[in-house]
Amino acid sequence: MSWLDIGSIDDIPVRGARVVKTALGCVAVFRTDENEVFATSDRCPHKGGPLSEGIVHGKKVTCPLHNWVFSLESGEAQGADEGQIATFSARVEGGRILLNAAEIEARTAA
Amino acid sequence: MTKKLVVIGAGMASGRAIEHLIEADKDAYDITLFNGEPRGNYNRIMLSPVLSGEKSYEEIVTHDDQWYADNGVTCRFGEYITKIDRDRKVVTGTNGEVAYDKLVIATGSAPFIIPIPGKDLPGVIAYRDLEDTNAMIAASARSGAKAVVIGGGLLGLEAAAGLKARGMDVTVLHLMGHLMERQLDEAAGYLLRRALEDKGIEIKCQASTSEILGTDKVEGVKLEDGTILEADLVVMAVGIRPETRVAADAGLDVNRGIPVSDQMVTSDHDVLAVGECVEHNGALFGLVAPLYDQAKVVAKTLLEETAEFAPKEVATKLKVTGCDLFSAGDFAEGEGREDIVFRDPARGVYKRLVLEGNVLVGAVMYGDTADGNWFFGLIKDKTDISEMRDTLIFGPAYQGGASVDPMAAVAALPLDAEICGCNGVCKGQIVDAINAGATDLAAVKATTKASASCGTCTGLVEQVLATTLGDDFVMPAAQSVCGCTDLTHEDVRRLIKSKELKSQAAVWQELGWTTPNGCHTCRPAINYYLLADWPLEYQDDPQSRFVNERRHANIQKDGTYSVVPRMWGGMTTPDELRAIADAADKYNVPTVHVTGGQRIDLLGVKGEDLPSMWADLNAAGMVSGHAYSKGLRTVKTCVGKDHCRFGTQDSTGLGIKLEKHLWGSWSPHKLKLAVSGCPRNCAEATCKDIGVVCVDSGYEISVAGAAGMEVKQTELLCKTDSEEEAIEIISAFTQLYRENGKYLDRVFKWVAKVGLDWCIEQVVDDVENRKALAERFEISQSVYRDDPWAKLAKPKEAEQFSPLANLTLEAAE
Ligand code: SRM
Ligand SMILES: Cc1cc2nc3c(=O)[nH]c(=O)nc-3n(C[C@H](O)[C@H](O)[C@H](O)COP(=O)(O)OP(=O)(O)OC[C@H]3O[C@@H](n4cnc5c(N)ncnc54)[C@H](O)[C@@H]3O)c2cc1C
Ligand code: SF4
Ligand code: FES
Repeated sequence: MSWLDIGSIDDIPVRGARVVKTALGCVAVFRTDENEVFATSDRCPHKGGPLSEGIVHGKKVTCPLHNWVFSLESGEAQGADEGQIATFSARVEGGRILLNAAEIEARTAA
Repeated sequence: MTKKLVVIGAGMASGRAIEHLIEADKDAYDITLFNGEPRGNYNRIMLSPVLSGEKSYEEIVTHDDQWYADNGVTCRFGEYITKIDRDRKVVTGTNGEVAYDKLVIATGSAPFIIPIPGKDLPGVIAYRDLEDTNAMIAASARSGAKAVVIGGGLLGLEAAAGLKARGMDVTVLHLMGHLMERQLDEAAGYLLRRALEDKGIEIKCQASTSEILGTDKVEGVKLEDGTILEADLVVMAVGIRPETRVAADAGLDVNRGIPVSDQMVTSDHDVLAVGECVEHNGALFGLVAPLYDQAKVVAKTLLEETAEFAPKEVATKLKVTGCDLFSAGDFAEGEGREDIVFRDPARGVYKRLVLEGNVLVGAVMYGDTADGNWFFGLIKDKTDISEMRDTLIFGPAYQGGASVDPMAAVAALPLDAEICGCNGVCKGQIVDAINAGATDLAAVKATTKASASCGTCTGLVEQVLATTLGDDFVMPAAQSVCGCTDLTHEDVRRLIKSKELKSQAAVWQELGWTTPNGCHTCRPAINYYLLADWPLEYQDDPQSRFVNERRHANIQKDGTYSVVPRMWGGMTTPDELRAIADAADKYNVPTVHVTGGQRIDLLGVKGEDLPSMWADLNAAGMVSGHAYSKGLRTVKTCVGKDHCRFGTQDSTGLGIKLEKHLWGSWSPHKLKLAVSGCPRNCAEATCKDIGVVCVDSGYEISVAGAAGMEVKQTELLCKTDSEEEAIEIISAFTQLYRENGKYLDRVFKWVAKVGLDWCIEQVVDDVENRKALAERFEISQSVYRDDPWAKLAKPKEAEQFSPLANLTLEAAE
């Protein structure tokens, strides 16, 4: 498996997110309060809200446009809303954030 | 002939290794032990009790001269090994060479010294050995001496507590946001900080040291933000580095530490290494437990027996009296993890367990660590906890069948069990009150005082009501802030003030939040309450704000933003208009609209362009219009006396003064003002949150209007004949709203709750109170009367607006 180094964990604010541009769309990379890193699609399935601009709480994010809440782990919409966002493998090593190249490229090719 | 073993370093790891070796076979080796320190092995971790005066050095010696003599160990203490010649198999010490068949490197770690000016001044020390400890004890002997400890980790805090116990004035500087961030999460870090502050230790987090000051000895410490702290002693406890110099000089493989195999052998098969100087499978070590396991393996390998070192989980405890904390395993990073959080604010207890599937992987606890070792066992053994998951956090006492239905538990409580700790009310008194007719919470509160103080026992009182009244009692669904707490906004505001909660972590802990850090509903509210109540102490948290307030622009449905520069009192100039036009051209703004707030909105700006567009507008003298904030929006004015034939006062001038006075301030909801020059009211002042209508005799100030989803005329607050007093009254009223309003209540909703009469009393009749409110507003404005655009347009901050990486470029190749 090959991992892409996309930046330092310190480039993302705690309880915040940044976007990584890929050929077919943006991937949101989140950093939680506990310094965990999660990568998901940046697009809300409701009306396309940019999830990277949402409020990050626990391991969840709230869409900034109409407050749908998604699990960063499973990508599932929480509560009464129904929807799913794509999730990607991400890990941190020596302070660097790594994304799984194969998954991102698979998505890029899809 | 007996083989010759040379050991470099008489520390905790080699001490154990030699013990095991001698126990197994006293005659296997002729041992020569070198140590840089002029003494043999002692229990280094007990230096902290020596520093605090709880123990003497003699009490922590583990191997004395007699022991070395009895076991035939040749000691060369106070002698550094400067060279290893692996071809000739000899080591060189300060007093000459010694040959070896097997060599053990056990040189431990060297403290890391931050490379800043002044680091070599006398009085700047690390915390590693007895010399450092004695230097600290000596420094504390002078009365009134001040110490600065750099580093809020385990070592730094033990040093700080020890120095404080010896009567020094101690300040701890810590680079990160909370103490011991490697071992503790934020909530536990907060409790620890509070306990240390109670001991009189000053703690500064996010404090970066830039320089140590002094001419021929240390005199102070300078921080990056310019603060200067006086100091007679500076202790650097910012971390350790494996001491690998001698190994590297000898040409052994060295990474961060000296890499060893599972048998503790280095890249040379006759050279072993043990302790903090080693690196095993990429991992370094900083606590003794795994070093003791290594020591066993070293002894076996030297005796040519098979053994393998396998690192285990480690647990941390801080040796500071009165600070009971425990952390073990891994409570960060990793997918698929779940938290169980327990907080008991009254006792200052916090526990958090981290689960991965059905296995416990991490535990952090503060205040009550009695079950720490039981949890640690579950972590180490990877026990399947699915059976006890619901009660796991209560510890071993609750395992094994006992039901923990909370109702049953309350029903089972004896009548003399205390329910309300604040007011000392026991269950029996509440039951008596209920039987005497107090059949709801308010009545119980009024007759017994139970739950009338901190309110955390409200749930218990309700359960007593439920068990006593049976079906006659319906549990009320109180309007709590959100699902993370049962408290109402009003409760939370009151508690933040009365308990002096000054950080989010303090709120989560003291008010018993059920989630680690809130949700999108409560976090913005808490962030606002904290900054409104503690403007100087609390730092606004952008990550707890809705996107518009974090990006300082309104997000649009397509993800672009709108930019609205301030036009003070609705006034503008040709230059400003030109700059706006230029910006609209340069950034391809599709829509330019004149707003209902007397200014211009540039809509459809790309997020990435915001910082540079702001820089351009800043250059033309314009600042953010806060068209996105729960804070001051606009102060509309009419042209007033200068031009209008009916104008009575300078309405435009007053509007501008008010806007310059109030801008940047945050409030529970948005705040809009207007000033009209006469009762014809062209600025629509009588449907604003605060409106001023100028009349011949002065200014009529009215409040609580609305013209959005509801339309409502303002009500008269007061009249005044002086412009200055009008500004003071409006500041005071704004501050009253800021301090008391519920998050997301516009002024008119809030006034409907507290009553206009009360507002008049507070800001009109009671002049002293008015001045105090206006003064508190001014204190807050000393922080917030500032352009956020200018701050975010700086290169470092602007980065946040662009993608972290662009992989489309690579894919195209
Ligand atoms: C730009 C503007 C419309 C315009 O082009 O004129 C505007 C635009 C928005 N208004 Fe407004 N309001 C604007 C003047 C008003 C006014 C008139 C005024 O201020 O004199 C009102 C009625 C007066 C009042 O507030 O009582 C007004 C009552 C609202 C309300 C209803 C508030 C209420 O409490 O009933 C909302 C919704 C809310 O705040 O929850 C709202 C919300 C919004 C939002 C922020 C909707 C949103 O959350 O995205 C709109 C943002 C558009 C954008 O992307 O920029 N806007 N809005 C005006 C900006 C004024 C300014 O210069 O800052
Ligand atoms: C104040 C304090 C409190 C601590 N508290 C705890 C705790 O509560 N729990 C815990 O698990 N751990 C704690 N530790 C960490 C623990 O003490 C270390 O992990 C442990 O001492 C490391 O053992 P070691 O044998 O590898 O190194 P050390 O004990 O440091 O021994 C190395 C020795 O080698 C000598 N040496 C170095 N280079 C040479 C050379 N070239 N020639 C000759 N001699 C040399 C040094 O002088 C030193 O005496 C604490 C440490 C300190 C300083
Ligand atoms: S009136 Fe409605 S649509 Fe128009 S700007 Fe205000 S919120 Fe948006
Ligand atoms: S677009 Fe995300 S909730 Fe509507």
